Amino acid sequence: MSNTEHMIKLEDVHKYFGKLHVLRGINLEVDRSDVVVLIGPSGSGKSTLLRCLNFLELAQQGSIYIDGQLVDPDSTNLDKVRARVGMVFQHFNLFPHKNVLENVTMAPINVRKEKKKAAREKARALLSQVGLEDKDRAYPSQLSGGQKQRVAIARALAMEPDIMLFDEATSALDPELVGEVLQVMQDLAAEGMTMLVVTHEMGFAREVADRVVMMDEGLIIEDNTPQQMFDSPKEERTSKFLRQVL
Amino acid sequence: MLSILQEHFFAFLEATSMTLRLTAISLLLAVAVGLIVAFLKLSPNRLLNGAANVYITVIRGTPLIVQLMFLYFGISRLIVLSSFWAGALALAIHAGAYVAEIFRGAIQSIDKGQMEASRSLGIPYWQSMRLVVLPQAFRRAVPPLGNQFIIGLKDSSLVAYLGVSEIYGTALSIQAENFQPFETYVVAGMYYLVLVLIFTLLVNRLEARLDVEKRRNEPEVPQLEYATP
Repeated sequence: MSNTEHMIKLEDVHKYFGKLHVLRGINLEVDRSDVVVLIGPSGSGKSTLLRCLNFLELAQQGSIYIDGQLVDPDSTNLDKVRARVGMVFQHFNLFPHKNVLENVTMAPINVRKEKKKAAREKARALLSQVGLEDKDRAYPSQLSGGQKQRVAIARALAMEPDIMLFDEATSALDPELVGEVLQVMQDLAAEGMTMLVVTHEMGFAREVADRVVMMDEGLIIEDNTPQQMFDSPKEERTSKFLRQVL
Repeated sequence: MLSILQEHFFAFLEATSMTLRLTAISLLLAVAVGLIVAFLKLSPNRLLNGAANVYITVIRGTPLIVQLMFLYFGISRLIVLSSFWAGALALAIHAGAYVAEIFRGAIQSIDKGQMEASRSLGIPYWQSMRLVVLPQAFRRAVPPLGNQFIIGLKDSSLVAYLGVSEIYGTALSIQAENFQPFETYVVAGMYYLVLVLIFTLLVNRLEARLDVEKRRNEPEVPQLEYATP
């Protein structure tokens, strides 16, 4: 599509779980190659927002545009959209019955119909990009948390997505393993990937993000540059939240 | 007892082959039935879900012998089945209900994140089922399935009452001739026991081969830095 379009655009998105009103009218725009970090207290709807962007959850109201195109779940092939929107989960969700290389090549071979040999070559390149070129034959149970998450990132990248979503990608990791995953994410940002990142790593937000978005109770309450968000937040709730986490 | 073993060796050999054929066919069908019913039961569609529930409730709630008699004699005005096929089908329908519950439990036991990760990569639902969920679910289903298969093997003895000469049926006729019920039934029991032991061995082998968890303890690359004391 044209470069002037936003890579992601949400208009008045609402999501309910039964009676629970989790997203209460989200408006958000993310430009190509931008890194937007979502912060906010637990239960504020950050993860739900990411899951709506990958259509693992369907918003009941509002419009979601991916790369300038309105995604209507009733008339759009969501599998095609999901293939372009990579997602990294808190608990990695690697396929335990497949080795690392098979984890990374499964979707390219089965969805993109890539030739096995080409898919494997690409997977090896991605694995070396995340520093795991020697682990291609290992099974997920043989990897550390940080290694698992880096495989998960390589697996998502193998679909050559336009957007990467990170849902608390480092929250389940031992502290000493967080850095290696954040480094991979930072490299990805530097390469120009459009990223939406839910994280509690404020250092990452400050260093890598183009914008930081503060959510509370299903609403975006502040959308700012990292510097302003952390040094002089506009909203009282933001400064209160930041005091608690920093 | 030895004399019975010797004298009726070929009769029991044929009977064993009949038992194995009955068991193999019925359990193969039971796996197919069970898989379909498990998916019906997991379906959000209330009609399909209800149909699966009725099947499981009725089959688990009535004795196998009643089901056997019903299929062979009960519906003979509608369909005439040979005693072998009436037996095999009844066993299949019976075991199918239990197998369905085994598969349903196994599929539900797979972490939802597995399906989500697969879908998030753009892999469609049924392909995700086939590539990601089912292979893991089958592994978990192997021990209870093995158990169910052993029950199925022994349940096949009831088909004797339809006049099929499998192991128990053969024993029935032999003891009627030789008036040695004690020895004859012990011999029949031994045949079943040996079959079950062989089968158990096979299931254990399969389990060990499929066990990915075990590989955790034998890493290809030792990772001492993460070893816990």
